[in-house]
Amino acid sequence: MKGLELASVTEIAVRTSEPPRLHVRQRLRELWASRQILANLVRKEIKVKYKSSVLGAAWSMLNPVLYLAVFSLVFSIFLQAKTPHFPVYLLSGLLAWNLFATSLGLATRSVVDNANLVTKVYFPREILPLASVGAAGVDFLLQALVLLGFMAGTRFFHFGANLLLLPLAMLALVVFTSAMGLWVAALNVRYRDTQHLLGLALLTWFWLTPVIYPSGFVFQRFADNHLLGIPMFDLYLANPMAGVIAGFHRALYAVVRPDAGADPVLLPVSVPWLAVLLAAVTVGSIVLLFLAWRTFFRLSGDFAEEL
Amino acid sequence: MSSGGAAIEVEGIGKRFRRYRERPTSLKERLIRFRVASDEFWALQGVSVEVAEGQTLGLLGPNGSGKTTLLKIIAGILRPTQGRVTTRGRIAALLALGAGFHAELTGRENIYLNASILGLSRQEIDRRFDDIVAFAELEDFVDSQVKFYSSGMYVRLGFAVAVHVDPAILLVDEVLAVGDIAFQRKCLDRVQAFQREGRTIVVVTHAPDLVHRVCDRAIVLEHGRIKAAGEPTEVVREFRLLMAKKDLAYGWDQGTKEIEIVAADLFGADGSSREWFAPGEELTIQMELKAHTVVENPVVSFAIHDQQNRFVYGTNTDWRSVFFPRFEGKQRVQFTLRTLPFVEGRYYVTLGIHSRDSTRVYHVQEQHYSFVMVRGEENPGLVFIPVDCRAERL
Repeated sequence: MKGLELASVTEIAVRTSEPPRLHVRQRLRELWASRQILANLVRKEIKVKYKSSVLGAAWSMLNPVLYLAVFSLVFSIFLQAKTPHFPVYLLSGLLAWNLFATSLGLATRSVVDNANLVTKVYFPREILPLASVGAAGVDFLLQALVLLGFMAGTRFFHFGANLLLLPLAMLALVVFTSAMGLWVAALNVRYRDTQHLLGLALLTWFWLTPVIYPSGFVFQRFADNHLLGIPMFDLYLANPMAGVIAGFHRALYAVVRPDAGADPVLLPVSVPWLAVLLAAVTVGSIVLLFLAWRTFFRLSGDFAEEL
Repeated sequence: MSSGGAAIEVEGIGKRFRRYRERPTSLKERLIRFRVASDEFWALQGVSVEVAEGQTLGLLGPNGSGKTTLLKIIAGILRPTQGRVTTRGRIAALLALGAGFHAELTGRENIYLNASILGLSRQEIDRRFDDIVAFAELEDFVDSQVKFYSSGMYVRLGFAVAVHVDPAILLVDEVLAVGDIAFQRKCLDRVQAFQREGRTIVVVTHAPDLVHRVCDRAIVLEHGRIKAAGEPTEVVREFRLLMAKKDLAYGWDQGTKEIEIVAADLFGADGSSREWFAPGEELTIQMELKAHTVVENPVVSFAIHDQQNRFVYGTNTDWRSVFFPRFEGKQRVQFTLRTLPFVEGRYYVTLGIHSRDSTRVYHVQEQHYSFVMVRGEENPGLVFIPVDCRAERL
């Protein structure tokens, strides 16, 4: 080993009793330097998940396939819902929702489950919830294969300006998920029932988001309703996930009104309108990410003590 | 000291821990109760120490004296309540071997994961991979899942990764006390190589012996305050005095535990368990050993050290012509020291059972037991010599 290499590295660290303050640029540099820890932790999550299982990665794909079967049965047959190409509608939203919900589920436990690391080694703690988002991202890609397979099988493709919404929706989703992930991870260190509450919160949230039912119906139903002078539909869209999912729907399902005479399936708004909505969600999420990150960073100094 | 300042500067560090009697650990409880009863205690108070670049500092102290807390604060794992710590250079803290090892992953996967957490880049790990595997002596197992490793293999792998990281500052907590004697030798060589390369090292240990061998300076902590600091020999003496005063047993308890020391005691000639002896008395060291598997030809030994950690005497069953061709079940072993030659002070007894060639340690309790010699006026001097005295009238 080369002793000389050491002299060139002068990383000076000063630690005091002050709670650490987040200096975004400096911290980003630190995170960038630790990117391989992130990659390795994501790899670990994935490997551990699929080791000793016969089906391996097929488990991830099974989830959307199962949802597809059950919801197609319930909605298309029992409820006689008339959404053409329902599987594509369902999957394009469900994938995004799964990324969000799986990330948060993993992130809540990320610091607590890695207590042996946190109490024994120093590394930027943000990496733990971020690795959860990364691991859920790998699941997302696998599940996207199911959707692509389905779209290819049914020749249901719409190429156009609608596809431009996909990267925007993806960005909004990842930023918002990361912000929430950092926040629940920090909260769960202190209050361990966060993980149980999260389950309930996600269940409620799921039904407040147009994953299974068409967002166009909601728009129609809320058209003239107001709550305290605010249009109900604006309130509905205050849920960032509603905007994100609407973006995914518009990008992939694309057709607002498949049956000319019937209610719209998607939001009857223009692509630019949705792009602005997604941009707003992204900006809001960046602010949220900064706040969550700052909280996480301040609390992370004491994680080793709390575990 | 270099112009850039010391590698580690610890200035007036204090660390307060809160012990919550009933801490709300759920949001539900938090909403119900606002004020929470807690006592606080100071794990560290007013600790200042500087470690110059390339120096090796030993941290000694009884259990609970704050050694590990200090190490964790230097490493950035814990936040000090008072004071400040400045470090210069990349730090690797070895507070546990194989931190973050995952049982489901293979040795190879764990090497990459663990080494990246300790700060190595992928390219650096690629370059060192073969060395790490060779050091751990796990060539044949590197692609098996770690859950199939023996505890010895696990620890060897953890250490191998740890010593191949490339830090300017290395913080080590007791981890040197692992594996068999040959492996310990290798680890010590590695630490000495680090020293030659000019790295700064802080070692927490219970073993004064180690401080003598590797440290340039040492400090003793007691109740979170610095009790003694300076030259190792001096500091170790202070440490022994402190331990003698507190009447504490200390030292390592380690080994593969294929045979375990389940009980041990010191007896006087009358068969009573004792701690105080007079010069010339008889002392029996009795151990009860329990084998978990059949072991061939183990050797049981004891050693006695004085308060300055000088090795005074020791022997083993082999040299006393007691053999265990097949050791199984429970055995009682006694060493009877016919005439104690010591006159004063506290003496520490190390007990061990190991293979005949000493490469495999089944169980060692280093300086776990002690006895005190009380001299009377009738025994001045350095050693006790049995003297018969006769007089006859001519």
